[in-house]
Amino acid sequence: MRSALVRSASDQHARGVRTLLIMPVPDQNEFFIDPNRCIGCQACVQACSECDTHRGFSMIHLEYVDRAHSVQTVPVVCMHCDSPTCAEVCPADAIKKTADGVVQTARKPRCIACNNCVLACPFGVPKMKTEFKLMMKCDMCYDRTSEGLKPMCATVCPSQALFFGTREQIESLRPRSTATNRFQFGAQTITTKVNMMTPRSGRSEYIDVTAAMNERSTGKQISLNVLMEGMYQEDDNAD
Amino acid sequence: MTEQFGPHPAYSQGERLQTGVAPDKLVKTHCCFCGQQCGIQLKVKDNSVIGFEPWEDFPFNRGMLCPKGVKRYLQGSHPDRLLHAYERDVNSEGGFRAVEYDRAIARVAAEIQRLQAAHGKDSFGVITGASLTTEKAYLMGKFARVCLQTANIDYNGRLCMVSAAAGNKKAFGIDRAANPWSDMLKSEVVWISGANVGECAPITTDYVWQAREFGAKIIVVDPRITPIARTCDLFLPIKPGRDVALFNGILHLMIENDWLDHEFIESHTVGFEAVAEHVHEWTPRQTAQVTGISERAIRQAAEWWGEARSSFLMHARGIEHHSHGVQNVLGAINMVLASGRIGREGCGYATITGQANGQGGREHGQKCDQLPGARDISNPEHREYIAKVWGVSADEIPAAGVDCYEMFRRIDRGEIRGLLSICFNPKVSLPDNKFITRCLEKLEFYVAIDFFLNETAQHADVVLPGSLQEEDEGVVTQIEGRVIKINQAVDPPGDARQDWRIIQDIARSLRRERGFTFTEPREIFDELRIASKGGIADYSGITYEKIEKQGGVFWPCTSEDDRGTPRLFETASWNPIARGAGPFYFPDGKARFNVAPYTPPAEDVDDEYPLMLTTGRVVSQFLSGTQTRRIGPLVDQYPEPRIEMHPQLAEKLGIADGDFAKAETRRGDVTLRAMVVTTIRPDTIFIPYHWAGRKSVNQLTISAQDPISKIPEYKVCAVRVKKDE
Repeated sequence: MRSALVRSASDQHARGVRTLLIMPVPDQNEFFIDPNRCIGCQACVQACSECDTHRGFSMIHLEYVDRAHSVQTVPVVCMHCDSPTCAEVCPADAIKKTADGVVQTARKPRCIACNNCVLACPFGVPKMKTEFKLMMKCDMCYDRTSEGLKPMCATVCPSQALFFGTREQIESLRPRSTATNRFQFGAQTITTKVNMMTPRSGRSEYIDVTAAMNERSTGKQISLNVLMEGMYQEDDNAD
Repeated sequence: MTEQFGPHPAYSQGERLQTGVAPDKLVKTHCCFCGQQCGIQLKVKDNSVIGFEPWEDFPFNRGMLCPKGVKRYLQGSHPDRLLHAYERDVNSEGGFRAVEYDRAIARVAAEIQRLQAAHGKDSFGVITGASLTTEKAYLMGKFARVCLQTANIDYNGRLCMVSAAAGNKKAFGIDRAANPWSDMLKSEVVWISGANVGECAPITTDYVWQAREFGAKIIVVDPRITPIARTCDLFLPIKPGRDVALFNGILHLMIENDWLDHEFIESHTVGFEAVAEHVHEWTPRQTAQVTGISERAIRQAAEWWGEARSSFLMHARGIEHHSHGVQNVLGAINMVLASGRIGREGCGYATITGQANGQGGREHGQKCDQLPGARDISNPEHREYIAKVWGVSADEIPAAGVDCYEMFRRIDRGEIRGLLSICFNPKVSLPDNKFITRCLEKLEFYVAIDFFLNETAQHADVVLPGSLQEEDEGVVTQIEGRVIKINQAVDPPGDARQDWRIIQDIARSLRRERGFTFTEPREIFDELRIASKGGIADYSGITYEKIEKQGGVFWPCTSEDDRGTPRLFETASWNPIARGAGPFYFPDGKARFNVAPYTPPAEDVDDEYPLMLTTGRVVSQFLSGTQTRRIGPLVDQYPEPRIEMHPQLAEKLGIADGDFAKAETRRGDVTLRAMVVTTIRPDTIFIPYHWAGRKSVNQLTISAQDPISKIPEYKVCAVRVKKDE
């Protein structure tokens, strides 16, 4: 259900695009997130803060899922929703999506720093910069992508958990995985410009995020039941 | 002292934060940190590095960088930067007083002359580092032998790659990664032993993951579930210090199941029978008992390794930092040779070098027993050749010196009384470092060349302001054996100058400047090319221009039209030792199997110290932290070391995550917050080593060394832990 507020935002959005001095992101390149590959090194976080439009501030979130039990980490960039919840809930109509599908940082003259977007975004992306009274968020490195460069994070990512390229490239480079851009949050279905890689074996129509939140972290664990004496065990100790 | 010299964490500010500032130029060069040497472009404005831009055309990393590479630019224009020469002066603020550069040089020369006249040439020692360019490393070796005429020179590669180097020389007759990383992509099995790839060689992760996308199985052997281990296909949680037992056990199963390349063993190797005999006792049961890995996992690993048609085996300090590090390496190589999977596309073997010039820095003579071109200082022919290049007689070149730890023991005994250090922070990086501190205080004269006042240099009598990596040019050889070019981005500030100029200034002041009158690094490189010619590490066909044109040149490269050697040991390849007899660097062209016996760590656990301590890196810091502890965003990423321990252990000790815990060995103790995680063996604790003073884990580590490589046993000693009340 889209509110009247959002409809008016969309109309304005169309006009806004014409007035914003922008070059669209080349549409043959897409953003793919492959959390399976993430090594938690924070190169993306550090590189994001080097981006010219928001130097000194990183727009990426990188979190351990459950460090006590796993080194698994998940990098979160803006998913650039087709119907951005952040824009839908913005009472000031400050959040714009450009024609190429990129949801931009709030517009400074309009943003009232109310935090609605921060609370509403199902992916937890927008950041409230109280010192500027402004919501800032990942704009897929608009300054770079509009000039034909890759976003900073996806350029530097050492494990290529963040990948920017064509669909043909990702299909040939990641035969074990498949790209999904539909997410389920309770009753809300969201489709996004950014793709999430999931194992091909478990291919599903959408990713049920709320359900996944209750899952335990995946990956290897050391469950050796030994301490000091009896280092050796007959049974398998790596599961 | 800290107030004046730091470490202060630097952040982006001023022009570095302004978004509209266009750089004067972008300089294509490489990261100053690890052995991967990622290509990077530095943004330069007004002789200052203000940021970076990825360099996507460089073939190894294609724009990829780790957080250290991203923030490396913040080491430039740093408030802690040494801009003058300094003399120790207890009355001055910070304990040092700025002095005129020439006066400092004159004092250094006078002290060297005084000590050497009174106590002999060898009473003055030189310690150097593997982050220096190859030109500087070469010059340091020549400076020690020709100018100072001391046998006592060694380098911090002793802490890093020497076990792999010694093992490779014993087995292959040459010491270099056998393959370019691109070979990994065509491998069916990637075996990683003792290498925290995700944190210590992050870009290598992409190669490993890509190999898996194309069907490879990934086997990781480590006491901890590191990021590369989390999703590997088989994880073997080995007990620290037991690697060769595992390798012997795998070879045992390869023989039992006839997973052998008989033809390769027959025609390209010698010594298989003795090794086969030796591993006979390494049954899966015995292997499991010693290594702490289940029999089932060992059998699975052996089956995947045994049946693979192509493979890539990598190891790093995890198996090398041991009192039997060379045996661990030889055990790994035995597994590779028995499989016959080397010297072909998709069939690879390599050690992951740690330092920027870990490879090149160990080839051209700053190692105590070595001359340029990976020549042997005790070989008369080698001495003769280098003497000719240097314009001295072979008799004048000193004999082999001793490893850097032994040099400190010589300082302790009063045999070495004066020291020059460059690119080395032993007070933080050597084991049992309280001993190192005592030795530093015993020195009659100590001169340190560095760009920041690191913890060791704080003991210096004279500090000379050297150059950052971006303030000089020269070559380094990265992880794959690819020689690449560091390009100068900015000039050294203040009185600081390029290290090779400082060395030449000392030579001039000693009135021994013959052979030390180079005017640019290119001239040093040209002499190095001649010095390396005919040696195993032959650089004679490499030029700066060829490096730029080809995106690096793999040595050996013996002539102008030689494109270099990305892959070693190809069947029909020629080398100067075998001269066509075979692909390996021995007169018969055959590789050597070496019996690799297992011995327990020098200090095993007992009732008093019942746990094992292992040490290593975190992704955001580098080595002794001289640079990375001064880069704010990297400090914030992992502000201080923690004691990693398993919940089973934590519960037994009554320690909760975040509590302060005290780890204690026979040599020292450290009190740090605990990090309680299931990703480590319950009988082992891990502490990263990048910090100084009371946070330095090397207060605890043991100075036991491998008898062959002299590498210290950083990766295991006995420790006890208790909650800090």
